[in-house]
Amino acid sequence: MTGHRLFWPIAALVALLLVDLAVKPSFFSVELRDGHLYGSLVDILRLGAPLILVGIGMTLVVATRGIDLSVGSVVAISGALACLHLSGLGDQNSVGGTLVAVAMALGLCLALGAWNGFLVAVLGIQPIIATLILMVAGRGIAQLITDGQIITITSGPFRAIGSGYLLTLPLSILIALVVFVLTSVLVRRSALGLLIEAVGGNPEASRLSGLRSGRLIWLVYVFGGLCAGVAGLMISANTSGADANHAGLWIELDAILALTIGGTQLTGGRFSLGGTVIGALLIQTLTTTVYTLGIPDTATLLVKAMVVLLVCLVQSPAFRAKVRRRRKSPPPAPADRPVKVEVSA
Amino acid sequence: MFGKKWAALAVGVMGMTLLTACGGGSDSAGGGAVTLGFSQVGAESGWRTANTKSVQESAKSAGIELKFSDAQQKQENQISAIRSFIQQKVKVIAFSPVVESGWDTVLKEAKTANIPVILTDRSVDSADKTLYKTFLGSDFVTEGKKAGTWLTKEFASATGDVNIVELQGTTGSAPANDRKKGFADAIAGQAKFKVVASQTGEFTRAKGKEVMEAFLKSQSKIDVLYAHNDDMALGAIEAIEAAGKKPGTDIKIVSVDAVKDGMQALADGKINYIVECNPLLGPQLMDLVKKVAAGQEVPTRIETEETEFDQAKAKEALPKRQY
Repeated sequence: MTGHRLFWPIAALVALLLVDLAVKPSFFSVELRDGHLYGSLVDILRLGAPLILVGIGMTLVVATRGIDLSVGSVVAISGALACLHLSGLGDQNSVGGTLVAVAMALGLCLALGAWNGFLVAVLGIQPIIATLILMVAGRGIAQLITDGQIITITSGPFRAIGSGYLLTLPLSILIALVVFVLTSVLVRRSALGLLIEAVGGNPEASRLSGLRSGRLIWLVYVFGGLCAGVAGLMISANTSGADANHAGLWIELDAILALTIGGTQLTGGRFSLGGTVIGALLIQTLTTTVYTLGIPDTATLLVKAMVVLLVCLVQSPAFRAKVRRRRKSPPPAPADRPVKVEVSA
Repeated sequence: MFGKKWAALAVGVMGMTLLTACGGGSDSAGGGAVTLGFSQVGAESGWRTANTKSVQESAKSAGIELKFSDAQQKQENQISAIRSFIQQKVKVIAFSPVVESGWDTVLKEAKTANIPVILTDRSVDSADKTLYKTFLGSDFVTEGKKAGTWLTKEFASATGDVNIVELQGTTGSAPANDRKKGFADAIAGQAKFKVVASQTGEFTRAKGKEVMEAFLKSQSKIDVLYAHNDDMALGAIEAIEAAGKKPGTDIKIVSVDAVKDGMQALADGKINYIVECNPLLGPQLMDLVKKVAAGQEVPTRIETEETEFDQAKAKEALPKRQY
């Protein structure tokens, strides 16, 4: 069972949740309040949704041996444009106006994704540099859109994207779930996933064998832009405002972390969408845990780093093999082992 | 390869010489208008944008020639801006230091050139206080104290424990440290006031909401929220509403800043009290610049005129709020 590639990420997530349960027994309590589910676990799902989306987009990009550093800026631009349009509406609660705002934002994000894809696939610029351009410039664009201010909106339909509920469940996690299922079906039930892995595994060989790798690479960056755009809508809808400076800040790093935890290799050629979802939930659980348990601010980052390090260590086959070999090596073990256990505890 | 590098260097040096020459050429400050070189931190928040506008507009109306430079949150940009102000022989230099330390060298250069320096909004930690003329800005400790004092009055008759949760600003920043300290000082000595949870909300709405959501689940009873700025309070309001409680009634909220959205929430009864942190330093700054340029003595520390708002005052002030 430990052989399954999702075993370790899931084990880490469960372990973290058990720590929460032990320290705060009320952590798992979920109740119905105002017609929707209410509890820490629901928060984790709702707040984790944007990271799941960005992570799914990033996973496919990474599978082609690429990387997209610009997603955080795209998140900011998406929210900024949607809120700018909404704030100019006479009736912000009109569903039509909200849909136009959403369409405008997502349209722009598709274009931004296409720009990244163009730089990487057509001009052959290294992905980390190509997307760094938009990462830096994009936040500036978002600030231009919002004029450096936080645009506050009152639109009910728009807020629903980030903090609404459908059938007692947060709408944002349902959206993320739909994207996850559709993407999984598309890449695993068709040859698309295989082709993406082929491009990531060896771009030159797959091109020579007749694959249009350029188009595929373009496609994954466009999809990454779209995912970031939806995540941006969620983040700004969650706070009813577009904060160009902070929305999606460092989310690209969290997304890369999430997919790494989930078992996708940064060297390309192998990916796991389910693993990314688990990784994203693990990161959000960690954040919620820090707030719930009242870990002091100054120690927060260190605690997070330790947990991430631990997760990465147990996932590393080389590290596990070393530990196993040490356990098996006979001579000093009997006397040594209890002491070691105490230290690590 | 080498040739190219040298050529590039030569062009660079020529460019710099040209710039310097320009700077020297445009030196007309000695005559009528006072020239002020102002180096701003950046444009990171609505507060900051309002601050910039205030400086620019009041310079115009005071008849002061303003050379404005945006440092985009980088100290090295600010240092080079100040050096170029010295080159251009402006009458007075003013700036909002990005960080507290590392200013001695460039401030000494200004002093040697006989150009007085005014610090705005944020201070520096130089041991030599003669390096700058004066500091104009808010006292963050006082802001925290005002919030705490309001709380002690509001709950003066309460007999049971008053459970307070605190949303702090960016960890380690001066406003976060000082607002926390001032608040703690004000409620110290009264055992009924208990800060049951305190976490950073990074001065943002999103984090304010996320942290408040966690507080609402981990704390059995919350009476008061103290937020270090309005944005975090606005995020927390959404979290409180989603928990089926009424912000301002079930949980009283006090925050700092008084930006427009915060004032709106105050007028709507969702926030109970806001301590102002005024970004409109412009008029006071221009007064100071004129005095300093004329060689008059000024106090070494000047606090901005700041007020406090309750719900009634917010309704009155809201229509005129610029930021």
